[in-house]
Amino acid sequence: MTDRKIHAFRRENGRVGVRNHVVILPVDDISNAACEAVANNIKGTLALPHAYGRLQFGEDFELFFRTMIGIGSNPNVAAVVVIGIEAGWTKRIVDGIAKTGKPVEGFSIEGNGDIRTIADASYKAKEFVQWASELQRTECKLSELYISVKCGESDTTTGLASCPTVGNVLDKHCALGGTASFGETTELTGAEHIVAAKAANEDVRKQFMAAFEDYTRLVFSEKTDDLSESQPTKGNIAGGLSTIEEKALGNVEKLGKKTKFIGCLKPAEAPTKSGMWFMDTSSAAAEAVTLWAASGAVVHLFPTGQGNVIGNPIEPVIKLSGNPKTVATMKEHIDLDVAPILQGEMTLDQAGDALIEMVVRTANGRLTAAEALGHREFVMTKLYRSA
Amino acid sequence: MIHFLIHDSADTVAVAVTDLAAGAECTGRDLSTNKTLTAKTAEAIPLGHKFALRDFAVGDTAIKYGCEIGKVVQPIRAGQHVHVHNLKTKRW
Repeated sequence: MTDRKIHAFRRENGRVGVRNHVVILPVDDISNAACEAVANNIKGTLALPHAYGRLQFGEDFELFFRTMIGIGSNPNVAAVVVIGIEAGWTKRIVDGIAKTGKPVEGFSIEGNGDIRTIADASYKAKEFVQWASELQRTECKLSELYISVKCGESDTTTGLASCPTVGNVLDKHCALGGTASFGETTELTGAEHIVAAKAANEDVRKQFMAAFEDYTRLVFSEKTDDLSESQPTKGNIAGGLSTIEEKALGNVEKLGKKTKFIGCLKPAEAPTKSGMWFMDTSSAAAEAVTLWAASGAVVHLFPTGQGNVIGNPIEPVIKLSGNPKTVATMKEHIDLDVAPILQGEMTLDQAGDALIEMVVRTANGRLTAAEALGHREFVMTKLYRSA
Repeated sequence: MIHFLIHDSADTVAVAVTDLAAGAECTGRDLSTNKTLTAKTAEAIPLGHKFALRDFAVGDTAIKYGCEIGKVVQPIRAGQHVHVHNLKTKRW
């Protein structure tokens, strides 16, 4: 396996992105309207409205800022306009993103009002988007991409075909020096021993088990039934999955056969070196992919069985399915059909190579199914109630 | 045509990879050894759903991927559908 060439955007800090977004980023829920107005004024920009950013505290406060700064810092983003109600938190996010060296400017609404803020921010957004539109893709290596992986609306074909295909890709990607991350903490329940055995050393294993046990305690402290309405989901059950253990054992097929993971990341935390990383995430697709986008991941691989339709505004989500019915009935959502694996007509190695080819095409600019269909689910993770 | 797959030679349930009729004589494959297997369904099994490769009593553990996937809560005969009506998680 040799490294593949891609044509992508090398950012000021050397990181490689595959998209060239100019983001209009609200610091808080009440700045969404101004951000959407700017994005409406200036074509080619992307507002990312969300529900949070006021009166958060503690670890939840840190996660909020890590997510905001991480989204702006993602290599798929060329430049950022930040708008918040007040200047202090706006500046904290601007300063965080500015460390990447990319153009970023903040605007605050208090003392100015929406209309003046929208006007000022629109002039800056126009400058940024015209600048970004002249940036050229240059030759980069596939192994320079940070790839995240998570499945959704899984069924038994996920564990037979689409998840092991992703595992094949991660083995090849990490062997070439690439970076990757998996998570879905609660959906490892029943297969946590398999994940633990893939830890690169005892420290990493202990960190993983601590994160797993912590999330399990949360589920047990809040649950009101046996979770038969939640895990597995109704879609999982329709697809033949009966228990969380069965679902998890299919899930961990994504981790590959050879690769060890070298560290554990908090939600939205960026990896510090190449290799495979565990991130402590929710198993809800839009939440989890948003956390990976905030950690700097530039392409997401998403195996689905029954047909999850998720996308993300800044991180392209490539969908693959091994369920021949889903591939037929939801074809507009599926980027790669790996159902021939079920009949022995395609090996996992061939499927992995086909997925790598799809990653290369996506990195070079091909829109994923989710991008073409306008799926831009931007969902922040919130750890607990605001103060 | 492959009708069912198992992940590991220790598995006691198989996954239908095409819709199977009741009483179908089926050909399958063990993915861990590539060996060909045969089985007969006792009821209709939709694509992606599981059937038993042996008889189970209440309290038995079902094995898939060579690992435990839950406890049997209703008696199951070989060839019958194994799903949420007769298999429960051991975890929550």
